[in-house]
Formats: sequence, structure tokens, C-alpha cells
Amino acid sequence: MSAPAQTRIIFKHIDEPSYTNDLACYQRHGGYEILRRAVKRPPAELIDEVKKSGLRGRGGAGFPCGVKWGLVDRKSGKPIYLIVNADESEPGTFKDRYIIHQDPHQLLEGTLISCFANNVKQAYIYIRGEMPEGARILERAIAEARAANLVGPNILGTGYSCEIYVHRGAGAYICGEETGLIESLEGKRAHPRIKPPYFPAVLGLYQCPTIVNNVETLCHVKHIIERGGEAYAKIGTPNNTGTRIYCVSGHVQRPGYYEFECGKITLGQLLNDVCGGPLPGRTFKAVIPGGSSAKVLRYDETFTLKNKDGSTRSLAAADIPLDFDTLAACGTMGGSGGIIVMDDSVNMVEALANINAFYSHESCGQCTPCREGSLWMKRISSRMVHGMARAEDAALLKSVADQIPGRTICAMGEACSWPTQSFVQKFQDEFVSYHTTKKTRPADALQLV
Amino acid sequence: MNLKPETLQRIDEVITHYPVKRSATLPLLHLIQEDIGYIPDEAIEWVAAKLELQPINVYEVVTFYPMFKRKPVGRRHIKVCRTLSCALKGGYKVCDTFKKEFGVGLDEVTPDGEVSIEFVECLASCGTAPVVMIDEKLHENVDPAKACALSAEIKAAAKK
Ligand SMILES: Cc1cc2nc3c(=O)[nH]c(=O)nc-3n(C[C@H](O)[C@H](O)[C@H](O)COP(=O)(O)O)c2cc1C
Ligand code: SF4
Ligand code: FES
Repeated sequence: MSAPAQTRIIFKHIDEPSYTNDLACYQRHGGYEILRRAVKRPPAELIDEVKKSGLRGRGGAGFPCGVKWGLVDRKSGKPIYLIVNADESEPGTFKDRYIIHQDPHQLLEGTLISCFANNVKQAYIYIRGEMPEGARILERAIAEARAANLVGPNILGTGYSCEIYVHRGAGAYICGEETGLIESLEGKRAHPRIKPPYFPAVLGLYQCPTIVNNVETLCHVKHIIERGGEAYAKIGTPNNTGTRIYCVSGHVQRPGYYEFECGKITLGQLLNDVCGGPLPGRTFKAVIPGGSSAKVLRYDETFTLKNKDGSTRSLAAADIPLDFDTLAACGTMGGSGGIIVMDDSVNMVEALANINAFYSHESCGQCTPCREGSLWMKRISSRMVHGMARAEDAALLKSVADQIPGRTICAMGEACSWPTQSFVQKFQDEFVSYHTTKKTRPADALQLV
Repeated sequence: MNLKPETLQRIDEVITHYPVKRSATLPLLHLIQEDIGYIPDEAIEWVAAKLELQPINVYEVVTFYPMFKRKPVGRRHIKVCRTLSCALKGGYKVCDTFKKEFGVGLDEVTPDGEVSIEFVECLASCGTAPVVMIDEKLHENVDPAKACALSAEIKAAAKK
């Protein structure tokens, strides 16, 4: 079966030659009309639409957006903050940058609707430090919106006021984790907070109730309010509603970003029909389906999954529909939508050594298992690649990785151990025999670490 | 501290964005680094005084975030992405090309203070790997030949 056509909602105007990122162009395309309509409705009704839409967060965890909003403490009398998570630092993910650069007003409109729905009067866009141009574009867009009475006091004459400021990070991955982000926004090291008690919905920014949502998630809100929650829920598949942007990188003919109805395209269709298949003379070997912390899939792997009625079915990796639930049932995750493809030229020990170098560099250092474990995994895999591999290293890597998850303050513990656990488990032979195969690796083999 | 008048003006403006002054720590450090190129001890003391903090509060922030530099980097700063998607497309070779072109190692500055090279983590442009950021501009699909061409441009601009 060949791939369905893309359904571009969020990326509708991305790469359109005549589409510019200024307010005038956005308004020529109907921009801020949905906000105009939204501010005339009761906020609770808007939250209800988002609940009905089934929208799940696009930042990584896939948590239902409406449920998250429902958890916000509205009785404390404290101000409620909204933070746009534009930290986009999960390796393999590159969708939010295109939205910010090419369609910043879409993000602002989605954010303003979300702020109005939640009675938020102050929002921050936390953008990673390595996107200085993105920060300037957003600042200009906010200034334009302010001049048009769309941001700031008394928006559109409704009496509702909302400020949005851009806040730049400074090159630390852990600022993407929502409580690390909040600490960073408070002007501190990005040390994630312990949950409980520090659930952002109750004790977030300045110990006030806080909503943290990903850039893409907030853009979806605009389209949910436009269509209505129930109509939006018909896009995609049950429990995996709406469209999803898949960011494909690595060894395919046509890497890039593609927007499809969630779960209506399979991994094989995406990689072969949409991305043009493997590079000449190569075959697919492994795929990381949801940002580098998602567990790796062997391209030739087959899964046995349970059906609702208790029976089982088998599913080849290539036939996995790219939704949240099936990927989870296959032991991995849809995560941030970043799909990294490796072909048969890649040695998995070397690829893992690259990933481990990332996580050990990015641990914030608060928890011993994450700080020491990520460093050990890096040192072992890097030592292997640099000619000092031993047959027992596979078991050693596994034992270090197994001691991290569930024992740390934040989900970085999982994020850093899942690659090692899955690489070693699924490519066991390659790890066990690396001390001998290393010698036969071609001298010009791709350097990964 | 000798900051430009417009830097001081932007500093005073940005502090108003937050109900708690301490939140302005990162913005202030960015503005100072943009102005003078790095974060000297003096800047740490200055930011602390400005935001009514202790110097240690600022120091721990400066030392946590990789983008803040305690020493001047080159006038042109080259960041090559090291992470998996870029590495799969030859990022390590691209980094080596820059090192060879300018005769410096990672995190070193050329003797004339012109160029420094850093190997950084994922720049969120993995679909056009390998990518390189020179100062604030992102360059996509950089192979060794393109790295040589970019190096030539940097050298030509330095001569002017
Ligand atoms: C280590 C780590 C890194 C993360 N990085 C990001 C990120 O770069 N961008 C993002 O939107 N979410 C990131 N998240 C997820 C956030 O913590 C949070 O769940 C998300 O911003 C919620 O938004 P959503 O519900 O709209 O997805 C990260 C989580 C962890 C544990
Ligand atoms: S798990 Fe790692 S990143 Fe998260 S708080 Fe602990 S040390 Fe920091
Ligand atoms: S891996 Fe280089 S930009 Fe993401």
C-alpha cells in the first residue's frame, strides 16, 4: 500500500514561497480570526473543546493537553502562568524551529487562545539559546501583535490583558524538561524539581500554577478552536487525534519534515514512499522513532501485540502505524516525532557511543544514577570504539543502564538509559563481538564518535 | 564595567519582563556577552548587584550553561553539530575540515583572535545534516567542500 497524502494543518504555509512571517501576511491568510472568535466565548468552553479534541502533547510525553489544563490549580488565587516550550533540543527533532521562523503568528495565536482559555495574563516563550534568529523573529511578531492590540492590555477591547515575553536559554538540553525549564526561567541552574510536590499545574513558575506546552501543541489549539473539538478528533485515529509532524533524519533519500494524520501512515510508508527509501546500495537497519531517547527499533523486527479482545497479532516494524499507542505497545515511543534512520553501514556500538556522549554531556548532575550512569555508559561505549572493547562490555553496559531509570528526579534518567538498554538488547551480537569486528571495520568507516 | 549605552538600556527594559528580578539573570548575561564577547568576573559581580543577588547565584548560572564563555572566543565562532543525525551524514569530517583550515583544536582560538571552533550538540536542524552555525547564522547540508568554502569566506572577511 502506498502512503496517503500529507495533511498539512500546522505546516500549511511552511515553505510556501509567497508566505512571509509578518503580521500582514498572516492576516491576509485569515490570521487571528480564531482568536477574535475565541475571546467572545466563555473560557471553560474553550478548555472543553481541547478536552474533546483528544489532543496529546507534542513535546515528548504525549500527555493529553485538556487533562493537563484541567489539573491547573484555579483556587489558589495566585496568577496562572503559561510557558511555551520552544527548547527543541531532543536530538532528531526540528519542527518547532520551522514554525517559529516561518509562521510565528500561528504560535502566538495558539498561545493567546490558550492563555485566554486558562485565564493566563503572563506567558513566556522559552526558546533555546542556539536559536537567536528565532528569538528575534518572535520578538518582532509580538511587537507587531501588540501594535495591533492582539497582545498586551485590553486585547481587542475585551478587557482581557495578556503579555508574552521571549526568554532565551543558553545551551543546556535539560531546560527542555518542564521543571528544569521553570528553574531556568527563574534565573537558576536548570535543576529539575521533584514531583510531587512540584507539579507545574500547582507549584510551577514562582510557585504559582503553570502550564507548560510544546510549540506544536499550542499551534494545534488554534485549529481545534477553529474546527471544534469533536471535528478535530475525527482527524487521525482514536486516542491519537490530529496531525503529527514527523521529522526524518539520517540515512534516507529525502530527509525532512512531513505532516500526516496521526496513525494513518506506517513507518515503512514514511521511510520508503515519502522519504524515498534507503541510500543507493543500502538497506535500513535501525530506526529511532521519537527523538534519540526513544528505544531503537530493528527494521527487521516483528512484534507480537495484544488485541482488545485478548487475541494477539504480529506486526513488522515497517508496518507500525506512527501513533502514540502502537509505538508504546512496541516498547518504544512516538516522543517528539524525531525519526532517526540508520542503514547497514552503521555499527550500533558506534551509534550508541554518539548518543551516550550526548546524554552524559547533558545530565544536570543532581542525581547520582543519571550523572554517574550516563558518564559510565559514555566511557564504556567510547572506550569500545577506540580499540579497547571486551566481550563482557555488553553485559556491563546493560547493568549500568538498568540501574538508572526510576531512581532519578526527572525523566532524563529514562531518556539516557533507554538507548543503551535497547541498543544492547536488540543488537546484542554486535556489542558482544565488537572487540573482534572492530578490526574489520573499513578504515574509511563513518566516524560517529 | 564598560557597557554600551544601548546594552544598559536593554538591560533595564528586560528586567521589567519579570515579577522577580532574578529571572533576568540569563537575559542579562546574554546581553553582556553580546556586548563584550564573554563573561568576565567583573560581569558576574555587576549582574549580581544589578539583580540584588549574591555573586555565587550568578556564578553558578554562568558555569552551568555552555553558551556562556568565561574567556573570549574568536571574533568568528564556528559551532559544528556533533550529534547523531549530523554524525550519520559526516559531521565529524566537517569538524576536522574546519580544524585543519584554521589550524586550531576544539575550544581553542586562533592566535590572531579571529576564529574558534566548538563541537556542539544537536542544533535542531537534523533534516539538513550536517549543520554548522557560524556566529548566529545556520548553514545546512555542509560537506567538507562547503566547509572549505565557508572557511575561505571567513578568511577573506578577516583580511578586510
Ligand atoms: C530530558 C527531557 C527533555 C525534554 N525536552 C523537551 C523539549 O526540548 N521540548 C519540549 O517541548 N518538551 C521537552 N520535554 C518534555 C517536557 O518536559 C514537557 O513534557 C512538555 O514540554 C510538555 O508539553 P506538551 O504536553 O505540549 O508536550 C523534555 C522532557 C525531558 C524529560
Ligand atoms: S535525572 Fe539527570 S537530568 Fe534529571 S534531575 Fe536527575 S541528574 Fe538531573
Ligand atoms: S543532530 Fe545535528 S542538528 Fe540535530
